[in-house]
Amino acid sequence: MSGYFNDLFSGTKSLAVGMGITLKYFFEPVVTLQYPHETLKMTPRFRGHIDLVKDEETGESKCIVCGMCQKACPSGCITVEGEKKEGAKKKTLSSYTLDFTKCSLCGLCVENCKPEAITFSKDYNLAGPSREAYVFDLVKRMKERCSP
Amino acid sequence: MSHLAQTQTQETFVLNLGPQHPATHGVLRVKLVMDGEYIVHAEPVLGYIHRMHEKMGENRTWAQFMPNTGRLDYLSALSYNFGYAAAVERAAGITVPERAEYIRVITTELNRISSHLLWFGAFVLDLGGFTPLLYAFDDREQILDLLESVTGSRLTYCYFRFGGVYNDIDDNFVPGSLAFIKRLRARMPMYHDLVTKNIILMKRLIGIGPISAEMCRRYGATGPVLRGSGVQFDVRKNEPYSVYPEFNFDIPVYHECDSMARYMVRMDEIEQSMRIIEQACNKLPEGPIMAEKAPKIIKPAPGDYYFSVEAARGSFGVRIVSDGTNTPYRLKLRSPTFSNLSLFAEASQGMLLADALALMGSLDLVIPEIDR
Amino acid sequence: MGNYTELLRLLAYLVGIIAFAALNAAYLVWLERKEAAHIQRRIGPKEVGPYGLLQPLADGIKLMTKQLIVPAGADVILFKVAPLLILAPAIASFVTIPFSETLVARNINLGLLMIFAFASLNVMGVLIGGWGSNNKYAVISAARAVSQNVAYEIPMLITAITMVMVAGTMNLNEIVMQQPNIFKWYIFRFTASPLMPVAFLIFFICSLAETNRAPFDMAEAESELVAGAYTEYSGMGFGVFFMGEYANVVIGCSLATILFLGGWQSPFGVPADAHWSLFLFKPGILWFLIKLYLLCFTVIWVRWTYPRTQFYGLLNLSWKYLIPISLFNLLLTGAMLKVFQS
Repeated sequence: MSGYFNDLFSGTKSLAVGMGITLKYFFEPVVTLQYPHETLKMTPRFRGHIDLVKDEETGESKCIVCGMCQKACPSGCITVEGEKKEGAKKKTLSSYTLDFTKCSLCGLCVENCKPEAITFSKDYNLAGPSREAYVFDLVKRMKERCSP
Repeated sequence: MSHLAQTQTQETFVLNLGPQHPATHGVLRVKLVMDGEYIVHAEPVLGYIHRMHEKMGENRTWAQFMPNTGRLDYLSALSYNFGYAAAVERAAGITVPERAEYIRVITTELNRISSHLLWFGAFVLDLGGFTPLLYAFDDREQILDLLESVTGSRLTYCYFRFGGVYNDIDDNFVPGSLAFIKRLRARMPMYHDLVTKNIILMKRLIGIGPISAEMCRRYGATGPVLRGSGVQFDVRKNEPYSVYPEFNFDIPVYHECDSMARYMVRMDEIEQSMRIIEQACNKLPEGPIMAEKAPKIIKPAPGDYYFSVEAARGSFGVRIVSDGTNTPYRLKLRSPTFSNLSLFAEASQGMLLADALALMGSLDLVIPEIDR
Repeated sequence: MGNYTELLRLLAYLVGIIAFAALNAAYLVWLERKEAAHIQRRIGPKEVGPYGLLQPLADGIKLMTKQLIVPAGADVILFKVAPLLILAPAIASFVTIPFSETLVARNINLGLLMIFAFASLNVMGVLIGGWGSNNKYAVISAARAVSQNVAYEIPMLITAITMVMVAGTMNLNEIVMQQPNIFKWYIFRFTASPLMPVAFLIFFICSLAETNRAPFDMAEAESELVAGAYTEYSGMGFGVFFMGEYANVVIGCSLATILFLGGWQSPFGVPADAHWSLFLFKPGILWFLIKLYLLCFTVIWVRWTYPRTQFYGLLNLSWKYLIPISLFNLLLTGAMLKVFQS
């Protein structure tokens, strides 16, 4: 019998305490960010998709077409092509394609890039009408990004 | 009702719970043979999100499999990174510098807290209470921010490397972690007042869904499920790895074997993880974060290696068989939730539907980990 | 001529009540979303109109433009009748609710009885909708709803009988008139029974259970039964269920207001100098709505605080606690009335 009343009173009390907590939070300020109106700045290490880094001296990509990123990529989403221009010692980059639909954002490519020619983009608002929209031509993106 | 199957002794019907059902939190399907609201027989049906992770492992280099481990259990990805990295390190004989081990422990424990917080919210959501989920997310968000600033990612971290970690921690990480612990410590009494001590929740969990230690043994259940059944087993203590022996922490054990016991184990584990993080942050040594001798291309000596870690849901084991090449010959992942789910069929027999869902919630299932 | 005005009056009330029920449903949804959001430290709807006030309109348009899908194998007639069976009795119940001394469609002497009669029809809607859907979740939900209502009507009716004993009438307007100020509200009428606040609590809990509101929403139980009896409903079929649910919430809260909180009476009573009286001090619809919406606020607040009860927990609560306590209160009230009035 004492258990009966004990249950009744402690139970009622626990319910009242719960109501008190939610009421307290009801009057507290909101903690959410109103996303499309306010946005967060991505942290410096944020791993978005990759982008090519421009060499300030030459105005071209830093890429030496070693193909390490392509080899390191677990998903096979990077295709690097280079050509040897006449008279040049090294290969130069002709196309760098990222199939972002396959990318798992692991960062192995950036880690394996000796000349630090690729970096993470901070772009996270990605939306597109088709699958093809996510096959990025990174050389083109680099030029667009760098031209004012 | 055309689907009612008539048997001689009882009238039962089949209820298809999932693969799209709010309580299964993913694409788990459970075929329930019901007698009214009582479960006569339950059969979990798996395979809806099978991605052949083990086979994928055989087709890529050792390093390339690392991102996959984070996709097994996306809620505590770092434990899985840890398990795989440590297994390969054992195979290849790489010693990890102490600072890297400390960073691994701190981040993994933070990840464990975030996983438990999410479980807490989702579990109460299963029981019909929506608000605690949002409070838990508020706290979890702080952890994700901390981890994002270090690892660059919020969910599938892929932060560990053979021989260390990918990035050193930033200046804000240690004070941020300590500040977060202070914040969460202040919030825990609120969670207990709002949820744990709530009479409705207590009535729904105490004595519901008994799982005996013997049943855990038969199905190989580990983690909070096992510890809620009164068995003090935690890989961090029983088979210590990394720098865990240097920390002072307890393994919460409850002997009631019911859903409430499993709930309490996880809530107490949050506190224990906070203790570990505090100690690790205070003792964090200086030094390199990558082993200097770690080879760029891993080729472990031929052999059979096993390593297990305590993930948020139980013991996660990685067995690798190497033939000395740069790809694994065989990669076997022992995921805790698979075993934990297996006992659901037996444990839920004769239970009411709502109670069975409370039991399922208390097992803390993450479906991509079950299916792999 | 007199008949005409009466007819016109009734028509006006009919339109008014339907508009009130519809607006209520729309804005209680808004209130629910806003309140839930702030409890969870979010903002809630804010894009459509100022403070998201036009959100219900947008929702309504969306619901109305959606296709009404009748699942294969469903009993079409039952399936389509069910939402109306929830909404219609609720609207009919509004007829006897006194919004103010004069603002009442039909001042029936048995008003209380009529509301309870209509309230018990409510469960039929869930039962028929659940049965007609040809969905197992819906059938389980229907069975739950029925046994839940059976358990909860008893303490609710016992409490109502207690109140009728105290008031001596079933006419809602007369009940309100007996409570001219806060000290004479029945919730604080300790001379009738010291357990009056408890009786109010029991009544409130029962009306939560009657209207299938959380924590007693086992019939809907979204994490167990998907959406229970409403699983198969789409578009306005679902919308009407929702309107019915909120109309029932309003009925339950109005009844609690009338029986315990003095209905349209102001808590300060009517001052002696009527010319001086401020608007606030005047009894009337304003006070009724304030009390009503405070109760509705509480109903929503409860929903966003607690987890759902389990079925046997609910029955235990009803049979072990609510029924004995309300019976005890009934006896006590009877005895006290006998002692004090004779």
